[in-house]
Amino acid sequence: MEGIRVENASYSYDNGYIAVDNVSLEIKKGENLAIIGQNGAGKTTLVKMFNGLLRPQKGKIYVDNEDVSNLTVAQISRKVGYVFQNPGEQIFNPTVYDEIAYTPRYFKLKEKEVAQKVQDAAELCNIIDYLKLNPYDLPFSLRKFVTIASVIAMGTEHIILDEPTAGQDLFGLEQQKKIIKELLKRGKTVITITHDMEFVAENFSRVIVMTDKKIVADKNKRAIFWDFEILKKSSIKQLYVSMLAKELAMKNNVISIDEFIHEVTKK
Amino acid sequence: MKALEVRNVTYKYPIARTNVLENISFSVNKGEFVAIVGKNGCGKTTLCNILRGFIPSFHQGKFAGTVLINEKNIKQMSMGEIAVAIGFVFQNPFIQVSGIKHSVFNEVAYGLENLGIDREEMIGRTEQILKDLKMNDLRDKHPVELSGGQRQRVALASVLVMDPDILIIDEPTSQLDPQSTEKVFEIIRLLKERNKTIILVEHKIDLISEYADRVILIDDKRIVFDDLTQKVLVNKKVLSYGVNLPQVAKLGIKFEEQTDFRLDYIPSVLTDAINVFKKYV
Repeated sequence: MEGIRVENASYSYDNGYIAVDNVSLEIKKGENLAIIGQNGAGKTTLVKMFNGLLRPQKGKIYVDNEDVSNLTVAQISRKVGYVFQNPGEQIFNPTVYDEIAYTPRYFKLKEKEVAQKVQDAAELCNIIDYLKLNPYDLPFSLRKFVTIASVIAMGTEHIILDEPTAGQDLFGLEQQKKIIKELLKRGKTVITITHDMEFVAENFSRVIVMTDKKIVADKNKRAIFWDFEILKKSSIKQLYVSMLAKELAMKNNVISIDEFIHEVTKK
Repeated sequence: MKALEVRNVTYKYPIARTNVLENISFSVNKGEFVAIVGKNGCGKTTLCNILRGFIPSFHQGKFAGTVLINEKNIKQMSMGEIAVAIGFVFQNPFIQVSGIKHSVFNEVAYGLENLGIDREEMIGRTEQILKDLKMNDLRDKHPVELSGGQRQRVALASVLVMDPDILIIDEPTSQLDPQSTEKVFEIIRLLKERNKTIILVEHKIDLISEYADRVILIDDKRIVFDDLTQKVLVNKKVLSYGVNLPQVAKLGIKFEEQTDFRLDYIPSVLTDAINVFKKYV
């Protein structure tokens, strides 16, 4: 199977803190899914194992059927791209252009091809106007798009976005929606960590919930947003429209504004 | 009494071609909780820096207009006086954490050290704030080992321990999960009950709708909305400025657009939504 397979993976940091405890899951190539859960639940640690930034002490990670423990980080990063939660940990080039061009150049592509990759990624992220600027002269919200563009330009088949929605305004969220759609159209796998439940409901169908180092649910978003046991256990807030439907004792488990209106008007 | 007043403020950054803010005027009463919203880059953080005197003191550029803190012109105040009157929580906790203290406890107490407060009181106030923010588990950790969310809470604690009357808080929850975010808003509510004046820059509109008294929306250098929260956050036009509306408000607006029903009013919070929708279910 092409995609990412995790078998009983555990990870603990040097100080002995266990961040991910015996987790298994399978993500097929081209899938679009969200990982949600509280700060410290293990979301970032889990996805950092997908691209070799962290190596599990127990268990195995397979990317496109290959055991990644046999690969270097440089080799895995040709398959799995990771957009850091904090852009400051990722950005190190003097201009936005150089930042996005870094990996294509590292892969020894011709400068013309590099330029095409940069152009494509920057267009998709709507940052064409900033290519000559220093990334640190951009506000945090735009810097996030620089890091997304850099990972898109790497051309990996699997892309992980770690909290892309944090600090974004409505236009930023719309842009991210477009990016995710386009990446899926190109056949990429998109794995998104986010705290924005409205964003989850609008953009994903499969949702993985992590709590206390483990996966506690892995199912369709509707099932998640109406599973009160899971919501409580993982301190996830139901969508407002769902809370309203619940308070009004409406029947079907609505998770969107359109569904709510449909329920009210169908009689 | 007015805690803050801004009169005809215009500002242009040194190398910028255009003003970032133009002819901004508003005032905030003591004890009021005002949320400042607007798309990224609209000048919210700039405005915060003006309110605490960093602009024009530390930034060049062209500044015009007047800022009053507790009815006193900020020009006549020293940085020290301003720092005591206004507590400021940075947007980026990675900037705020000092980097010279080796435990969260000492980091939080750091500001008090500079005020020359006696040791017993310093320890007492720091203990209290760590308790209020339920952060005792972090007290011995090294600040650089903290996650983004934890740093954000340390940054907030370091300011709250100073007990300023006016608080300017720039996106305090950007790194936080929903539960920790609600905790921060609960803390802000507590501060409001203690009659603190609060200016909050934030994107999480559902929470603003529940907690803030008033919303100021900035776009294209100017204030485009300045009114009670329940009046601003039900207006469809807000969306066109890159600012989200509470989900229940969007529901109300769409419901009226797509059906022949007219709601008593567009709700901005869940309890109002229950009231206006119950007759249709």
